[in-house]
Amino acid sequence: MNAMSVPDALPSMANVARVSRRHPSRWVVAILCIVAFAFLVRAFAVGQIEWSFVGRFLTASAILTGFANTLLMTALAMTLGILLGLVAALMRLSSNPVAQLLAAGYIWLFRGMPVYLQLLLWFNLALIFPTIGIPGIWSARTVDLMTPFVAALLGLGVCQGAYTAEVIRAGITSVDPGQVEAAKAIGMRASQVMRRIVLPQALRVITPPIGNEVIGMLKHTSLAAVISYNEIMHTASMIYFVNNRVIEMLIVCTIYYLMTVTLLSLGQGWLERRLNRGRRGDKPVEGVAT
Amino acid sequence: MIPAVLARDVRKSFGAVDVLRGVSLDVKVGEVFGIIGPSGSGKSTFLRCINSLETIDSGDLYVNGEFVGHRLRDGRLHELSDRELSAQRMRTGMVFQRFNLFAHMSALDNVALGPIIVRKMPRGEAEAEGRSLLDRVGLEGLYNRYPAQLSGGQQQRVAIARAMAMRPDILLFDEPTSALDPELVDDVLETMKQLAGEGRTMIVVTHELSFARDVCDRVAFMDQGLLIECAAAAEFFGAPRMQRTRDFLQRLNATTRA
Repeated sequence: MNAMSVPDALPSMANVARVSRRHPSRWVVAILCIVAFAFLVRAFAVGQIEWSFVGRFLTASAILTGFANTLLMTALAMTLGILLGLVAALMRLSSNPVAQLLAAGYIWLFRGMPVYLQLLLWFNLALIFPTIGIPGIWSARTVDLMTPFVAALLGLGVCQGAYTAEVIRAGITSVDPGQVEAAKAIGMRASQVMRRIVLPQALRVITPPIGNEVIGMLKHTSLAAVISYNEIMHTASMIYFVNNRVIEMLIVCTIYYLMTVTLLSLGQGWLERRLNRGRRGDKPVEGVAT
Repeated sequence: MIPAVLARDVRKSFGAVDVLRGVSLDVKVGEVFGIIGPSGSGKSTFLRCINSLETIDSGDLYVNGEFVGHRLRDGRLHELSDRELSAQRMRTGMVFQRFNLFAHMSALDNVALGPIIVRKMPRGEAEAEGRSLLDRVGLEGLYNRYPAQLSGGQQQRVAIARAMAMRPDILLFDEPTSALDPELVDDVLETMKQLAGEGRTMIVVTHELSFARDVCDRVAFMDQGLLIECAAAAEFFGAPRMQRTRDFLQRLNATTRA
């Protein structure tokens, strides 16, 4: 006998049947939710939406082109944003006071203005600088250069850089200083420490917020419609100005945005799991780790 | 013969706090040198100065006959460039109290990284050498474990292998067993004993008195930024000259026995 013997003064419950607690309020809430949802579905089903139009325009070539432009702008503006953000973050963390100040100024300025306003400023840059270029070597008329595509890329990318700079800076400062000391101790130079030790570990912290920013950027590209960049919202509005199927065209856009955001979220989850390899809680392949 | 480390009146302060108040000592090539003392006595800071992780305020500090952190040119001391500093650091290996293994890399990558990117060794060669170093510290087969999947004692032995992979002239140990659970301490000390037996130059800051007595050639006692006493291990523990050393040893012995 392993167990200690105890006196039988109190009755044993070993063979008595057990009954779980009831949750009547859960049933009430669940039924209310289903009823509310059913009402919504019915409202859209009987509402004045020509679903056949939605189906027809979902694959229209103009819409597909607009969607492709949306994706292209998201990718390019985000790339520009991350590059600028990385440079600004490194400048803010550098020991050069001039670089620090310049980076802080950049972040202050471009985080301080609405994206809508920034897009208009870039698009109308010719009103400030009629020509731009490198004096004596090359110059061009700003009107010719600042196409809707270029203005959208700069407007969205430069603004994104200001936000991303703060995300990257937070990621870099989250890395344990002991990691840097250990890297220096084996003779790594400052640039090698940053590239091989600090940034890869910062990436784990940076990825979730950057994922959010990518999803945000996908939707912000719609603002570029204001400078007539040919993304999906702009295309859709050109179509409904002609055929008057406003809601149907907007639903087409909704479908594309939701589909893309779903894919991006899945991709983000996969990337985060990959970056978390080897962290605490991740099981070793074999044997026990104590 | 040029000493492995020579310190002459080394001083260092952090703001208003004088951490090193004139430390002088020399460590011979092949010697195992122990430094003991209460926390805050400056022993860790001194070790970090040897590896340029901290810069000394005044005094002379030579490692292998080279002045640490500066170069003498036209009668003035010029601060070393990033590249020169790295080259100097390469010759001393450091083992930290908190291991500081690169968290995003496997044990093997931790060991092979330095040889690959600092010593420009081909990856295959560096990994083969890394595996044999991990074998030597008793970690056969754990090459692909990430630090978080290893015990503290295993992590510290990876850190020792990582330091040795750079083939340093001097190994510096900064309280290598202080962060370990008591039952994991012995494996790490055993590994260090083995290294000492190979005639390596080692400076060990430690609270493990029996290790200092049995393995170190000479032991120094530091307190409040000063080197109070320094003697051959047997003499240091058998007949400490200074009252402060005696008090410290007695206190530490009392707590270890309890």
